[in-house]
Amino acid sequence: MAVDRELPNSLPRPEGELEALERAWALPKGFRLITAVNNQAIGIIYIGVALLFFILAGILGLIIRTQLAVPGNNLVGQDFYNQLFTMHGTTMMFLFAVPVVEALGVLLLPQMLAARDLPFPRLSAFAMWAYVVGGLVFFSTILYDLAPKGGWFMYPPLTLSEFSPGNNADFWLLGIGFIEISAIAGAIEIIVGTLRTRPPGMTLARMPIFAWAMLIFAAMIMIAFPAVILATMMLEIERAFGWPFFSAGKGGDPLLWQHLFWFFGHPEVYIIFLPAAGLVSMIVPAMAQHRLVGYRLIVVALIATGFFSFGLWVHHMFTTGIPSLSLGFFSAASMAVAIPSGIQVFSWIATIAAGRKPFRITSASLFVLGFLFIFTVGGLTGVMVALVPVDFQVHDTYFVVAHFHYVLIGGMVFPLFATLYYWIPMISRNMLSERLGRWVFWLMFIGFNLAFFPMHIAGLLGMPRRVWTYPGDLGWNSYNMASTVGAYILAAGVALFVIDLFRRFRPTMSGGVENPWSAGTLEWLPSDAYATRSIPFVTSREPLWDQPSLAREVNEGRHFLPGAPTGGRETIVTSAVDALPQYVIRMPGPGWSPLIASLGMAGFFLLLTVKLVVPALISGVVFIVAVLVWAWSLDHDANVPAVDIGAGIRLPVYMAGPVSHSWWAMTVLILVASSLYLAYVFSYFYLWVVSPDVWPPEGSPALPHIFWPGIIGLLILGGTVLLLFARRILPAPGSTSRAFPFVVALAMACFLVALTGEIWGHWASGLRPADNAYATMVYMACFLNLQVITGCVFLAGFTIARYFTGKLDKERRVNFESTALLTYYAAAQFLLGLVIIHVFPRVAI
Amino acid sequence: MMAMRFLKRSVAAGRQPVTRSIAAALLLILPIAGCSGPQSALSPRGVEAFSIGPLFWTATWVGLVVTLIVVVLVAVALYGPERWRTWLGQDWIIIGGGIVFPVTVLSGLLVYGLLIMQAGAMRSAQVGLESITIRGKLWWWEVVYTTPEGEEIPSANELRLPVDRPVRLLLESDNVIHSFWAPQLGGKLDMIPGRTNELVVEATEAGVSRGQCAEYCGGAHALMSFFVVAMPQDEYDAWLASKAEGARAPATAEQERGQRLFLENGCGACHQVRGTEARGLIGPDLTHVGSRLSLAAAALPNDTKALMRWITDGQHIKPENRMPPFRQFSGGELSALAAYLSGLE
Repeated sequence: MAVDRELPNSLPRPEGELEALERAWALPKGFRLITAVNNQAIGIIYIGVALLFFILAGILGLIIRTQLAVPGNNLVGQDFYNQLFTMHGTTMMFLFAVPVVEALGVLLLPQMLAARDLPFPRLSAFAMWAYVVGGLVFFSTILYDLAPKGGWFMYPPLTLSEFSPGNNADFWLLGIGFIEISAIAGAIEIIVGTLRTRPPGMTLARMPIFAWAMLIFAAMIMIAFPAVILATMMLEIERAFGWPFFSAGKGGDPLLWQHLFWFFGHPEVYIIFLPAAGLVSMIVPAMAQHRLVGYRLIVVALIATGFFSFGLWVHHMFTTGIPSLSLGFFSAASMAVAIPSGIQVFSWIATIAAGRKPFRITSASLFVLGFLFIFTVGGLTGVMVALVPVDFQVHDTYFVVAHFHYVLIGGMVFPLFATLYYWIPMISRNMLSERLGRWVFWLMFIGFNLAFFPMHIAGLLGMPRRVWTYPGDLGWNSYNMASTVGAYILAAGVALFVIDLFRRFRPTMSGGVENPWSAGTLEWLPSDAYATRSIPFVTSREPLWDQPSLAREVNEGRHFLPGAPTGGRETIVTSAVDALPQYVIRMPGPGWSPLIASLGMAGFFLLLTVKLVVPALISGVVFIVAVLVWAWSLDHDANVPAVDIGAGIRLPVYMAGPVSHSWWAMTVLILVASSLYLAYVFSYFYLWVVSPDVWPPEGSPALPHIFWPGIIGLLILGGTVLLLFARRILPAPGSTSRAFPFVVALAMACFLVALTGEIWGHWASGLRPADNAYATMVYMACFLNLQVITGCVFLAGFTIARYFTGKLDKERRVNFESTALLTYYAAAQFLLGLVIIHVFPRVAI
Repeated sequence: MMAMRFLKRSVAAGRQPVTRSIAAALLLILPIAGCSGPQSALSPRGVEAFSIGPLFWTATWVGLVVTLIVVVLVAVALYGPERWRTWLGQDWIIIGGGIVFPVTVLSGLLVYGLLIMQAGAMRSAQVGLESITIRGKLWWWEVVYTTPEGEEIPSANELRLPVDRPVRLLLESDNVIHSFWAPQLGGKLDMIPGRTNELVVEATEAGVSRGQCAEYCGGAHALMSFFVVAMPQDEYDAWLASKAEGARAPATAEQERGQRLFLENGCGACHQVRGTEARGLIGPDLTHVGSRLSLAAAALPNDTKALMRWITDGQHIKPENRMPPFRQFSGGELSALAAYLSGLE
């Protein structure tokens, strides 16, 4: 090893450099700790709350198991039981599994990438607090008998107001709605973070597998979550205003919900599993002290899983009576997705075998081995249910309950516990007890198998899911009793873990236990609140193994950006593929705005659910004000000289255009919006195809004259051209451009007039949204345009305000660019909608 | 009584297909105490259920073998001799074990599965089958037969069908989604508002089995079951002919009193007893309720005691069911009502 090779920065480091770094990244003290935005602080609270929900939902599971221990039990009543299993599933999926994975991303990714923080620290804080507040309020509905009871899948018509009166279902829809928003905020953060804040030299091919997994995870959230967001919006609109999306009597179709829900719901399983697999791919090499065998194949496998997972949602609908041709296709796709998992399993086995020394058996390794066994079994029962005829029998029985608990607990919870044992030393002064860890593992492993294996058999013997009681003469009794006993053993293991956690976990920012597993990746570098003292130059996948002096060099400040040259929080932004340094991003520090914004948003949604309109509106205003305050501080002065990060590299500290992180974030947001709109387009054509009548149905008023959408389209194009023009007349720094604000405002006016015109055109023709599914879809297009255009108008107003305060010019133009990008997208969506609504029904025979 | 006889006979002398012996072999490994039980998918009594059996057991065996392979390989990787570990720690194991092996096995299973599915689809495509309409209700089953003369015979919570003759079930719902599942006959199929799903079933032997709603339908989903009674063709024909007739007239004074109470207390607003003024279509048709195997969608046995409990305390037995409790009757009136209803055979 080249010990005396040239490093980016030389010794001795200038006086006060470290102190400046410490000052910039210091955590707020005392109760102000809740305003912290450091990824470690956010990450720890985030994971802690997710584990709390795991325990709460687990307790619901125990109540369920206790009720089912014996036939004809009356411990809990029917109605409460229906709430219990709905909340158990919803909480585990939405409040535990997805958030805990995002939380691990927030905590671990910057450390693995040796970035000082994720690129949007306040967005992380906002996503976390929105989740905490919304989640706790949503969960508490179970205490007041107000919890939803339509199952975590919420199939209409059962969840329409006719069959589910009361607010219970609305809590689900709105509560989950903004947890989805929080997930998307997290996904934007993770995509931009993994692609743009890697250390210099860490090309994509050198990225840790967990970062790959999180990148694919975030991309999947971007595509999958919008489908369920659209579905929840449509269901809530149907419940509140009677727009018939899902009512068969008016041309809607209950199966539309199932398509949208499972288009999200199946990828969701892999959204949970991929990061867990990524974590296992980090732990196994450390325990084997050998590089991961088949790194490239694993990356391919992760991508393939993400890809396939969008092609198998219909396997949740095999028994709905869809044609056998599509059954065959989705059956094949469902089996194909087993192959990438096979690749990963064999790669881990190969890595375990390849280690020169025997694989170290720690608590983390035990959980990994337990995961391998349980997940394999779950995968194989997955193959069984992918066989359509077998699914005809076992669908919606306890066999499936057993299957997905094997997949989810095996595929996600066991790796999570391995993760906790493995990474807690990174953020805690003490490790967890390895001796108790053995007990925790064996209790959980034995308890798990005893709880869930017998369910396969109960299901085959005919026991359906979601039953609160069962007769004693069907041969199910002993299996149910075994499951209940197993559930308690499993719970005992978790309880023991929690006890150990309280005993031993002492969070710290200033580096925990020093690389206890002799791992090779960057999160084990010595670190503090500012992350690593300097940002390493990376030349391989396991830098700590290949550069034994790296930890010392980094800690001496001899790598990149060893200080805080602008005096604030900064990290290096690198290019997406080759990780070449591009600029230094300045990031915000602690602040109240994300916390207040999340409270405002949670208040808005939840108060609206219980129909307290005025307080809801007040909360909404609080949200908007907090977001404005927050956003106002983000776009820094562009007129700051470039800084030296080492090795003679001088980087700018302001960046606009396609290289900037804000451009990337806006692009990701636009991809989310387009996923949402594509889900709408799918729904439109789906309802068209299933509608037995012509489209528009008989008796519907004629579409407005084709002249009308033509004018509207021209207005949209006009607004777009105006914005392009505004880009050209941006003032030079220090000067003004009087036309600029008017042109931007005029562009927005074009969009608003176009939207109003489109709505008025349909209204004037006599079409009303609640008439039938066709009318509903027409107005839904307007509603989706309204959403995006509202966003554009807000951004435009913000841009104009920035202009008048002298914070916007040709150089400092990020705010304008974000507005323009979103508006161009709005134009594209609007024009596509015009074609779908006005042209297709005319040309279709 | 007949039902009980069927039940005993069928348990004692059920068919012994090849898969049974495989199942028996598996018993040694898996802690399956028994595959029987009136709702077990592992003791088929219908053509569709039989066709799924071998596929299921094949997949189970494949799963078992693969799990064993993985466990053995992990054990070798952990504790095996140095030479074996080196051999295992290479890229080829990923290609072989992670790609070639699963592709081969999964393709085989997929083709097998598709063949079985296709055979099932062909059977469903048969034309000219007798059809029975089953509608999912909250939370019971309306079953409508059609006589050879084309007359519709409404009934509830019980499916009777002839042995060795395929029957087409037309599955519908006018409320929420339900799923019709009689495991011993075959797989399940959903009942979705706005659609009619068709399921062809063919019982292979006479006897009684049980089915249950498999799609969560809210409220009393757990208590929405039914019995399937397969009968020899001639018995079935005779049964259908008898059910085509109107209700039997009360035979005793008590039954007569019961009928009067039934009509006077508004039971007919929801229930139909063909041949009387009771013509309600909201609840189950009670014309021949006395001859059914159960009450309240298999939530209760069918006897006078259960009938009396159901009338007064139905909400306790089956919460949220749509029949309000009728508490106005004296003890004597209640037994008269029960006697009348039990007599409607």
